[in-house]
Amino acid sequence: MKHMSEEELIAYREGVAEQQAVISRHLAACEECRGELDRIEAVLAALDTLPVPEPGADYGRRVWREIAPRLAERSGRWWHVWMEPRRLAAAGVIVTLIVAAFVAGRITRPGKTSDNIANQEQVRERVLVVAVGEHLGHSERMLVELSNATPTGPTEKEVNISAEQRRAEDLLQENRLYRQTALQEGDAGLASVLDELERVLLDVAHSPEEVTPAQLEAIQKKIEGRGILFKVRVVNKELQQRQEATKPAQSDSTERERNKV
Amino acid sequence: MNRMQKSVESTQAILESDAIAVERTLAGDRDAYRVLVERHSHNVFRLAYRMTGNRHDAEEVVQEAFLRGYQKLRQFAARSNFGTWVYRIAANYAIDRMRQRQKEEARREAPRAEDRDGMENDPLNRVPDEAPTPERLTQSMELRKQMEQALAALSDAERTAFVMRHWEGCGIEEIAEVLKSSSNATKNTVFRAVQKLRRALQPFVETGAQARAMGTES
Repeated sequence: MKHMSEEELIAYREGVAEQQAVISRHLAACEECRGELDRIEAVLAALDTLPVPEPGADYGRRVWREIAPRLAERSGRWWHVWMEPRRLAAAGVIVTLIVAAFVAGRITRPGKTSDNIANQEQVRERVLVVAVGEHLGHSERMLVELSNATPTGPTEKEVNISAEQRRAEDLLQENRLYRQTALQEGDAGLASVLDELERVLLDVAHSPEEVTPAQLEAIQKKIEGRGILFKVRVVNKELQQRQEATKPAQSDSTERERNKV
Repeated sequence: MNRMQKSVESTQAILESDAIAVERTLAGDRDAYRVLVERHSHNVFRLAYRMTGNRHDAEEVVQEAFLRGYQKLRQFAARSNFGTWVYRIAANYAIDRMRQRQKEEARREAPRAEDRDGMENDPLNRVPDEAPTPERLTQSMELRKQMEQALAALSDAERTAFVMRHWEGCGIEEIAEVLKSSSNATKNTVFRAVQKLRRALQPFVETGAQARAMGTES
């Protein structure tokens, strides 16, 4: 008896075989092929046990809340979108970047082209470094507050973290913007830490407004377990050093001028 | 009324209600789109999670799918099922997101091979990752880890084809449209995906089965 190939059995199992009936008849008569199909089934059955997290009964509402203000970007008056408080911060960054690029162009225009480009890049990097530094500072403060939050009394059944939750939502928007900018600028290290921070912010933003002490402890353990506070501090420190390192472009020349005297 | 008939009628009611919501959205009632978002978010999330393998990316895929759906809604007008349509948009974006993620991972990995000493001195790398716990050593956790790795090792097309066919029950034509491929090539992709998963996982599945048979599994 000619046995079924693995390809035929997989196609049969996934319901895409051209001759489902023929294979079915063969399986009824062939123990060896049935055994082979059982082994394929066992692997697929194991895969079926992989869990998909339940996003929560209010997930649809949350998605709507996130995207509704952005729908206006696609149609409607564009400036309405930027008047939203959470977008104002991001808008501020963009305006700063544009101004910085303009200023960089003005400052460096008379010089050599390669110097101009280098200076413009330096200014752009400096603006990003300052903006991300501030963002990391805000994120760190929010996470520290959340890490130190405790129930107000021993009988307290729930802790209200709605303030932290709202801040996490706002920071999340900014974080996405900075992560994408860091990626575009080729700063993989910074993008990687921002990516990790985004996951923590996402967890906090999606927590209930009122949490039980046990839930609060779970959130705090998550923050601690990922070492995100430490990473944020280390990167922020590095950014400060970078900020210092980009300053000498101007102060070097001033220094040289001073030394001439 | 039997269960099958009830299910057909309820599907029909959803399709009609979706069509009305689409019409109202196109007529300028932005809130009508909310009905569609709230109704289909869970399904799209499930697909996105299975494709990307993590919640963070899955949520981004869901949001982007509905934003793109809104933007392209006029192109949908002639089609019949909003759920299937937004599903396809999500699958396409999930593929883009997986590629983007791979590039990010590659960038992250690169310095490790090139500059090991530097990385050892980097305080970020001294932060311990999730430490192995006794639970992680149990067979079921090991199998789960292996399954996640095996899925992650599939190509984007293989993972998409497998998720859409095996878990989401999509038709071959529908998957072919997402993969921009022919039906036959898509069938082959499904086959290759299952074959690779089988090669990677069968030893672990058999170990588990043997352990159960011997009563040694906890």
